[in-house]
Amino acid sequence: MDSILEVRGVSKSFGALAACDAVSLDLRAGEIHALIGPNGAGKSTLIKQIAGSLAPDAGTVHLAGEDVTALDVAARARRGLARTFQVSALAMEDTALQNAMIGALGAAGAALRFWRPALADRELRGVAEAALSRVGLGDVTGMRAAALSHGQRRQLEVAIALTQVPKAYLMDEPMAGLGETGSEEMTALLGGLRSEAPILLVEHDMRAVFALADRISVLVYGRIVATGTVDEIRADPEVRRAYLGEGA
Amino acid sequence: MTRETLVNIALALLLLAVPLWAYTADEPFIITLATRAAILALAGVGLNLALGTGGLVSFGHAAFFGVGGYAMGILASHAQGYVPLMEWPFTVEGTKSMPVIWLVAMLSAGLAALGIGALSLRTSGVYFIMITLAFGQMFYYFAISWPAYGGEDGLSIYVRNGFPGLNTLDPIQFFALAYALLMLALFAMGRLARAPFGLALNAARQSTERVETGGIGVYRLRLTAFAVSGVVTGLAGALFADLNRFVSPTMFSWQTSGEIMVFVILGGVGRLFGPVAGAMLFIVLEHMLGGVSEFWHIWLGAILLFVVLFARGGIVGALAGRADG
Repeated sequence: MDSILEVRGVSKSFGALAACDAVSLDLRAGEIHALIGPNGAGKSTLIKQIAGSLAPDAGTVHLAGEDVTALDVAARARRGLARTFQVSALAMEDTALQNAMIGALGAAGAALRFWRPALADRELRGVAEAALSRVGLGDVTGMRAAALSHGQRRQLEVAIALTQVPKAYLMDEPMAGLGETGSEEMTALLGGLRSEAPILLVEHDMRAVFALADRISVLVYGRIVATGTVDEIRADPEVRRAYLGEGA
Repeated sequence: MTRETLVNIALALLLLAVPLWAYTADEPFIITLATRAAILALAGVGLNLALGTGGLVSFGHAAFFGVGGYAMGILASHAQGYVPLMEWPFTVEGTKSMPVIWLVAMLSAGLAALGIGALSLRTSGVYFIMITLAFGQMFYYFAISWPAYGGEDGLSIYVRNGFPGLNTLDPIQFFALAYALLMLALFAMGRLARAPFGLALNAARQSTERVETGGIGVYRLRLTAFAVSGVVTGLAGALFADLNRFVSPTMFSWQTSGEIMVFVILGGVGRLFGPVAGAMLFIVLEHMLGGVSEFWHIWLGAILLFVVLFARGGIVGALAGRADG
């Protein structure tokens, strides 16, 4: 299978602490690859290096066959990497539609247009509105992000990623803080997304991980200790000891 | 039509009505005051793009205001002295033509803003404020120590520069020019704010991460905004110099940067007509309180304090409510 996203030997140390130690993993077309691990395992550090907001000490990141290690966040995003944040990063004073437009504008390389109103661009607005409808925010496009509920903001994050029509998704705990129904809706949404672009999913909600993941990688103390299918990971004794707990 | 639009129209009409009344009442001084308000508002409109929409607290916009002023002073002084600006490799003469002066002022201020912005925008927060302040002061001391153009004494221009078809020495005609440019700038800024550029710039102020992750480079976005901001403030500087027929290093001083910032904050940060309201109030206070006491800035300070503490949206915010999405 084709690797859309390939992380090879990425290392990052903060002083004596090795937050990532020669991490390699890949994301293949059509899959959801979950990245799990206890707190402090280096998941966030790894995500930042893949997204481009943190430069690795060693190793490379390839997106659709291209080495993007030297590129910044915006350049990687334009090449088709969409990211959602653990803590929502939104323009809180702006409406849901305006937020969604940012992804559409970025993907179209249209941010340096100075005259025609952004919302009058039917094509880009259509992309943004379709994404909002798809995540279930079709009725609140005119509401400010600050007025949306926590769950709706999580959905808005995903909607912005959708407007980028990316080659790969990088999702940092999209279920964080969602209630049971919210979690189920998000699970259904992400499940349908993988056929369009694969998802590298960092998630603590194990029910969602087991329901969604095609493969799981387990990160412990900055190292990948196991990669495999859901059943393989469930059966792996080292994973059970390190992460799931003996009783799991 | 939103309430803010109505407030904007009212402000525009007020700024137009006062000098028209003064014209019929034969009060040229009031016309000059209104012209001053329009020009200072234009300087604020420039800063408002960086400060209000972009969230870039520039304490160095006097640099662009002064560059605009000196562009006028230098071109006009060469023209009135019949000394070419340079003779090699080709001859460049000075000029007394406002359109040419405006163009040169905007280009020079834009270039200065590009240079200052390129370096300053690598920092943020309080460092950005300090570095822009430092650049402004560099221009100030450079102007003071440049004897060719008056040094500390500045440059006097004997006759106001000309505009085709107008008598610019007639206060009401010069006001019309300044007012027209202000309205043009406001119209352009209104378009800009709603265009993709404004949307992205405004979002980047709220969440840099969001805009970067959306695939839009925030540095380039902000640098562009800073340059456009400098262009507009530079144009205001050229007009201001023409209003006074005098240019001096004071235009570059940090007090000038502070005053431009005061217009924006008084009127409403990020509100299209904020600088218009702010500059008008400033001129009224300066005129009324300035007559009562030399220390009128104390009262200005008190009002500013009140706005910052209790009315964040400034005058426009108080009249029109919160900004519409």
